[in-house]
Amino acid sequence: MEGAEIVRLNLRINGQPHEVDDVWEGESLLYVLRERLGLPGSKNACEQGECGSCSIYLDGQLVCACLVLAGQAEDREVVTVEGLGGSNDLHPVQEAFLEAGAVQCGFCTPGLIVAAHELLSRRPDPSESEIREALAGNLCRCTGYEKIIDAVSLAGRKMAGGST
Amino acid sequence: MSTHTTAPPKTRPPGTPETTGMDAPTKDGVGSSARRPDGVPKVTGDFAYSSDLWAEGMLWGATVRSPHPRARIVSIDISKALALPGVWAVLTHEDVPGRKTYGLELPDQPVLAWDQVRYEGEAVVIIAAEHPETARRAADRVTIVYEELDPITDPEAALEVGTDALHPGGNLVRHVPIRSGDQDATADVVVTGDYATRMQDQAFLGPESGLAVPDGEGGVDLYVATQWMHVDLGQLAGSLGLTEDRVRITLAGVGGAFGAREDLSMQIHCCMLALHTNRPVKMMYSREESFYGHVHRHPARMHYEHGATKAGDLVYVKAKIVLDGGAYASSSTAVVSNAACFAAGPYNVPNTTIDGYVAYTNNPPCGAMRGFGSVQVCFAYESQMDKLADALGMDPVDLRIRNAMTTGSRLPTGQKVEGPAPVKELLESIRAMPLPPATPAGPLDLTRYPGGVSNTTHGEGVRRGIGYGVGFKNIAYSEGFDDYSTARVKLWVSGGEPIVEVHTAAAEVGQGIVTVQMQIARTELGVDQVVVLPADTQVGSAGSTSASRQTSMTGGAVRRACIAVRMRVLQKVVGTLTDDPGDLSLNGGKIVSDSLGMTLDLAEVIGAGSFEETYEYHHRKTSPLDPETGQGDAHVAFAFSAHRAVCDVDLELGLVKVVELATAQDVGKAINPQAVEGQIEGGSAQGLGLAVMEEIQIKDGKIMNPSFTDYLIPTILDMPPMQIDIMELGDPDSEYGVKGVGEPPAISSTPAIVAALRDASGKPLARIPVRPDDFLDFISSGDD
Ligand code: FES
Ligand code: FES
Repeated sequence: MEGAEIVRLNLRINGQPHEVDDVWEGESLLYVLRERLGLPGSKNACEQGECGSCSIYLDGQLVCACLVLAGQAEDREVVTVEGLGGSNDLHPVQEAFLEAGAVQCGFCTPGLIVAAHELLSRRPDPSESEIREALAGNLCRCTGYEKIIDAVSLAGRKMAGGST
Repeated sequence: MSTHTTAPPKTRPPGTPETTGMDAPTKDGVGSSARRPDGVPKVTGDFAYSSDLWAEGMLWGATVRSPHPRARIVSIDISKALALPGVWAVLTHEDVPGRKTYGLELPDQPVLAWDQVRYEGEAVVIIAAEHPETARRAADRVTIVYEELDPITDPEAALEVGTDALHPGGNLVRHVPIRSGDQDATADVVVTGDYATRMQDQAFLGPESGLAVPDGEGGVDLYVATQWMHVDLGQLAGSLGLTEDRVRITLAGVGGAFGAREDLSMQIHCCMLALHTNRPVKMMYSREESFYGHVHRHPARMHYEHGATKAGDLVYVKAKIVLDGGAYASSSTAVVSNAACFAAGPYNVPNTTIDGYVAYTNNPPCGAMRGFGSVQVCFAYESQMDKLADALGMDPVDLRIRNAMTTGSRLPTGQKVEGPAPVKELLESIRAMPLPPATPAGPLDLTRYPGGVSNTTHGEGVRRGIGYGVGFKNIAYSEGFDDYSTARVKLWVSGGEPIVEVHTAAAEVGQGIVTVQMQIARTELGVDQVVVLPADTQVGSAGSTSASRQTSMTGGAVRRACIAVRMRVLQKVVGTLTDDPGDLSLNGGKIVSDSLGMTLDLAEVIGAGSFEETYEYHHRKTSPLDPETGQGDAHVAFAFSAHRAVCDVDLELGLVKVVELATAQDVGKAINPQAVEGQIEGGSAQGLGLAVMEEIQIKDGKIMNPSFTDYLIPTILDMPPMQIDIMELGDPDSEYGVKGVGEPPAISSTPAIVAALRDASGKPLARIPVRPDDFLDFISSGDD
């Protein structure tokens, strides 16, 4: 691109090292994940930090990938929804979202699953209010959130049951 | 949740055999909360939404939009944009190969503007480039010279004589008058009111997006998130100057719709760029662009007068409703018809004088959104019912029940309500539900107070209110439109097991129509393995995923196609087990003789062959409305719901907390109870949004808040717990007795919440969304 600085990026994603070439310095980590690395599980409903659909872990911290410049992820560890569980080994949080009926269009779902995973990792048995506070940054337009709250409680119970 | 169970629908279309599956539910069949087949890919991130698509050699599209709500285009210079390295195409109106305009009902919207722009954000130039940033930079280098004109932003002013006409036919898009009974009726008690609802955004999370792939022979494949592929196809092929067989549309993953994907957004643009460059082109709107890229809910101004006897019987309703249609027609003609038809609410009103108008302005175009004209009037008529109850000294629920429609009641259009109309039962149900405790139990929990974790109150200055709302709307398309859906069903054997393939063009937008199709096929054919093929235009139209119609229409088509397949299979064994096909049914992969108690293996009977049937399901014919009196049987069926809201208001700060919503809804038959609850909860949340926070703020024709930072939708902290009573009263005219589910919750929730806020504050609250200032005595709310 004319007048643009192009960089090479090294980072670890879901446990694997990745080297990405030709990254324009203005690209977000979300863009690199989705468009350069074939990991479109992290979603892009606003790309301005308002919806949580792009929630990922960066060095163990929950962040909005749309607000992280790709260059800031150099040498760091990224975990996306794809890294939590696949179709043959669903994580209990993913399983709980299905069982509770918390998925409609599903566009909010990957971000909510990562955010719920983060909540449950520090609060294994959250109260309803704690769930609401923790997920207040994740918008969902379809479900009215009732079943998402059910899903998070259920996931907590599943995880306490030792299934993962 | 409690569930009313009632007898199955009383009448069936003639010749429809009974279904054994209804008596002995098949696993994951009709009536079960079967899991959605797209659930696993959605939780793992593998599900391919339209914005996730990618193709080798793909270019990125971008759109140059008008910064002015009304202007003449003096010149367009694309040369600097075209000169930018990495730019492959910069196209204007001159490059539109076919019809230069498109539209759902009237083709009044330019594909790319040429002589003038009529709203801020109207598309003028499109670009394809190798990187989205390159496309954006190229957009900045397009020079368009405009001559700005004064925008017409007030729909009532737009209709005045002497106002400039924005379109050749003038600014009136449609006037729907309805007259019933005595036009000069008088009453003991009269209440009047002026109400306003503002522009709401559907705010689906998945941005408008698609991928167009040229086929190398002048045709194109488009993968897109939409609500009705076949109606896209007609508009698309027309503007591309191609025959419909050279344009193939496949539904990509849809991240919510709510009406906003009924109109075209990027479809024609993306295909033009792909055909021009002969490369795949992806277009994806940003959130800001999305606010300009789709139609919104019509703002409404409504003047109402209700007359009643001293005893509380409604004598007349007079209503004048003016909708702001914005710059182009979209589905405005149908929205205003709904607003007028349902203006008096689900009540018996002997005399009505109703006028619905929709006008062109230079505001953003308005069209379909969940509830479709019924939402605005429900806020007004329910506000009026509360005002009338107050004037009569009556309980507001008693007043509603006293006037409630029942089966056999007539709408102001003269149409008789044939199916269940459980207005009284819905209200009684929610009234009987337990109320939430007055003060939050347990330790201090800020999330339960107005202001939440901002820590603005621990209960001081907070007052609680309770409000009710009941509403209704039509299911499916109306006014004589031949509404139908097509299903192709094939039964064969694979790996020794019978397998059913279902193919329709029904758009799954999140609501669960794919699951419903599978459930129906399992129940009707007694087969576990059902595959629903991707929805595309290689099968007949399914009609739109809107008007709460897909479960009844496409569900109906799938059921009838399955029944046709079943009849053919059973014909094959008549004489083997029994001579009476009526004695045979399909269940658990077997053909069962009910009287002999004998079974045959279905897979063996099918053998190497297959059975395939296509069915086109049409709903009962409707009629147009008389253009002068508005009389006519315009609608096929009606769905009813009621809400009770409990709200707390901090009267010092004007902050509100919706504490609880209780609702009852007649869904006819819950094909998938968990999905039905999901629709009710999600619809109620959107109604909450309209009541207390959602407004596209427009100033002089310009959107002031095109982002999720400034356009607020309910979060998990805003949405309260719900109590839900799903009634299954069986519509006599539909398969399984189903009624639509999706829209009613978005209709009756809003007035219930506002009624609760009035109850708490004593304020009139005649405009929604309600703002903090509306509660405060020392601040005037300003513009209205
Ligand atoms: S896309 Fe990152 S917060 Fe919305
Ligand atoms: S399921 Fe559609 S946005 Fe949450």
